[in-house]
Amino acid sequence: MTRHIPGLTARAATDLPVLLAAPRPQHTPRTLNFSYWLASIPPWAPFLLFIVLSLWPYYAFAQTNGDARPSALEALWRWIPFLITRGFLFTVLISVLTMIVGTILGVFLGLGQISPNRIIRGASYWITQIFRNSPWLVLLFIVMLSFPFQIELFGYRIPIPDWTKAVFGLSLPVMANISEIVRGAIGSVPSAQWEAAESLAFTRRQTLYQIILPQCIKRMIPPWMNWYAILTMATPIVSILGVEEVLNLTRQAIEAENNRPELLVPFYGFVLLIFFAYCYPIARLTVWLERKYALKL
Amino acid sequence: MTWTPDQPIVSIHNVRKAFGSLEVLKGISMDIMKGEVICIIGPSGSGKSTLIRCINALNDIQGGSISVEGQEVHDENLDKLELRKKVGMVFQQYNLFPHKTALENVMMAPVKVLKQDKAEVEQRARALLKKVRLEGKENSYPGELSGGQQQRVAIARSLAMSPDVMLFDEVTAALDPETVKEVLVTIKDLAADGMTCILVTHEMGFAREVADHIYFTDKGVIVEHGPPSTFFDNAQDPRTKEFLSQIL
Amino acid sequence: MLDAIQEFFRQLAADHPTWNFIFFYEERQWNKVVSGLWMTIKLSVVCIIFSVIIGIVGAAMQGAHSRIVRGVVQGYIQFFRNTPPFVQLLFFYFALGAFTPTYSPDGWLEVPIISNVGWAIISLSFFAGAFNVEIFRAGVEAVPDSTQEAAEALGFTRLQTYAYVVLPLALRVSIPALNNNLVNLVKTTTQAFVIAVPELLYQAITIWNDFPSAQNPMMLVLFIAYLALVGVLVLGMNKWERSMRIPGYGAGA
Repeated sequence: MTRHIPGLTARAATDLPVLLAAPRPQHTPRTLNFSYWLASIPPWAPFLLFIVLSLWPYYAFAQTNGDARPSALEALWRWIPFLITRGFLFTVLISVLTMIVGTILGVFLGLGQISPNRIIRGASYWITQIFRNSPWLVLLFIVMLSFPFQIELFGYRIPIPDWTKAVFGLSLPVMANISEIVRGAIGSVPSAQWEAAESLAFTRRQTLYQIILPQCIKRMIPPWMNWYAILTMATPIVSILGVEEVLNLTRQAIEAENNRPELLVPFYGFVLLIFFAYCYPIARLTVWLERKYALKL
Repeated sequence: MTWTPDQPIVSIHNVRKAFGSLEVLKGISMDIMKGEVICIIGPSGSGKSTLIRCINALNDIQGGSISVEGQEVHDENLDKLELRKKVGMVFQQYNLFPHKTALENVMMAPVKVLKQDKAEVEQRARALLKKVRLEGKENSYPGELSGGQQQRVAIARSLAMSPDVMLFDEVTAALDPETVKEVLVTIKDLAADGMTCILVTHEMGFAREVADHIYFTDKGVIVEHGPPSTFFDNAQDPRTKEFLSQIL
Repeated sequence: MLDAIQEFFRQLAADHPTWNFIFFYEERQWNKVVSGLWMTIKLSVVCIIFSVIIGIVGAAMQGAHSRIVRGVVQGYIQFFRNTPPFVQLLFFYFALGAFTPTYSPDGWLEVPIISNVGWAIISLSFFAGAFNVEIFRAGVEAVPDSTQEAAEALGFTRLQTYAYVVLPLALRVSIPALNNNLVNLVKTTTQAFVIAVPELLYQAITIWNDFPSAQNPMMLVLFIAYLALVGVLVLGMNKWERSMRIPGYGAGA
């Protein structure tokens, strides 16, 4: 049991310890929960997990019919290049495009939330709340069904592929959460800054763009990256809608290998691993940036 | 061996304590009689707090012995509840339970730990809060009280267990200068009632006024000790002299 | 009265072919919506209860002396928080479901012991539970050691200290994060769709597959239903948080 020993392991005069810790978990983990946790995993952990998962079917099958079939990993090995280049890179593309669209919309929505105009402010608030609190899958289905499969423009028929609709559907919840990040970051700048600018005859717009936003943009980067990681982890749900991303291709690959049950665990395990390999460095970077900026502000 | 009131109520003999390789107490001995008020002073990190935390077994020791009313404290078979009924402790940071009112804080241990009758405990708790001059604050939560008030609730909370010895660990160190006095007055009242008190303190004026005996510790040993008059006016050891010249 | 309402929506569907509120005048569709909503509520409530239990037990186990126990809990958290819940559902139902025994109630069909609803409950509870363990652990850690020590000095045993001091304080610290996680859990129940659990989204999709004209009304129902569910949960949690507020601490003190 590690105990804090006044005067030895810490300064004798500690902070008032009565529930002082409470405000911190309300702020930091609320925005960066995911990245903090992801960054805290030792990098070897998922690889170990993967090895265990891959070997387990051999064990299970050796128990039942006595003949081990060591071809599951070989099959996976054959499929890996295809799964990465066709599947996972496409997933990454979807996530990046979604993030771009979501960020642009979200910044406008967030600025709308602090607009002096009551109608804009109210509308922005409700749009943010609706999209923040709706399940992603519901939003995705709605976009998928309510958007046309092609549009006519200057006499040309331009088809809209499913994956662009998926990008738009996913960018709605991202938009709402970015909106909250923007509102929160602007709110975290002391109101004295607004007053100081006003007393120097800055207009509201000038104050916002020249004084407030430059101060809080650094503060927005870590939660923004956190949301990128969350988004990337959520992209597999677009496979429900038939978008040919990594999860769908994995299922097809298993079918191409005659649906052998011992393939399920290594193939899906590989999908888990590749997501981890992509999100982990982002999480580390996010936490690093957060600490760096926390010191300066 | 049964304890009789003419023997030391707390007896510390050659106590050694280390945190890993860091030796904090290097053979400390002292005897404290019933009703005595003892002040332990010394520079930060000299092991004062560690010593009194050892007396009620919050810290264990590596060598020597500590006994309270003849009962060895660092004994495998010690009934910690029995020890803690005898020895009350007040902390620097008050450590009240923030989700309970002042009255509930005082009542909690007798009701939950000693399973005493609630109505009877409440009566006693109200009397104790009155004694520490907090009448009317019974239903306030710790967060609504000043540091000095919280510390007096903490004293009442310890007294509710009817201890024979009270330990005070730098109880005024975290307080504002103006609230220090109200806590010291409370402790003085307590000492006047004949409670055995062991204090770790930086309040030299207070120590001089209330203490029967002063111990000066530095680097894990007792450098010098004596009654306040001789200690403050006629210190022998150069380390004591240097410390006092900085403080006074 | 009821007839008038049904007639109104029948007429609306005739006038505006994209606004066919079929479930208001056709009993079969109405029953689908109601049963879907009921399944979503059941799924949410059961998963919330199990995930909170998992969270409290897990947090207590993380404070255990045994390294093995702590390691197992840590492994569990890493696994469930690291993987998308969507893949978890697939993994549980297809990969693990393939290895669970079956039984035959009527001598003909082989029914797996754990149904798809069962797997959804297991998978989602463990998913949200992994977050809850961390949330409660953070709450326990926020209670200062010195406060526990004060309880110890007053003669409280370890268990008494946990029950009377640590847990009541930890719970208060945990509520905001718990709130977030449980809202997320309710939203995640939609993903049980992928293993054909007949919850609200699943039923909505069967309806608009059968009646494309009912798409818009069904979307409206989905939006309103989930906002209402999340709203009730958030209101309840906020009320609880306010009732647990300690005067003199936290915001506004």
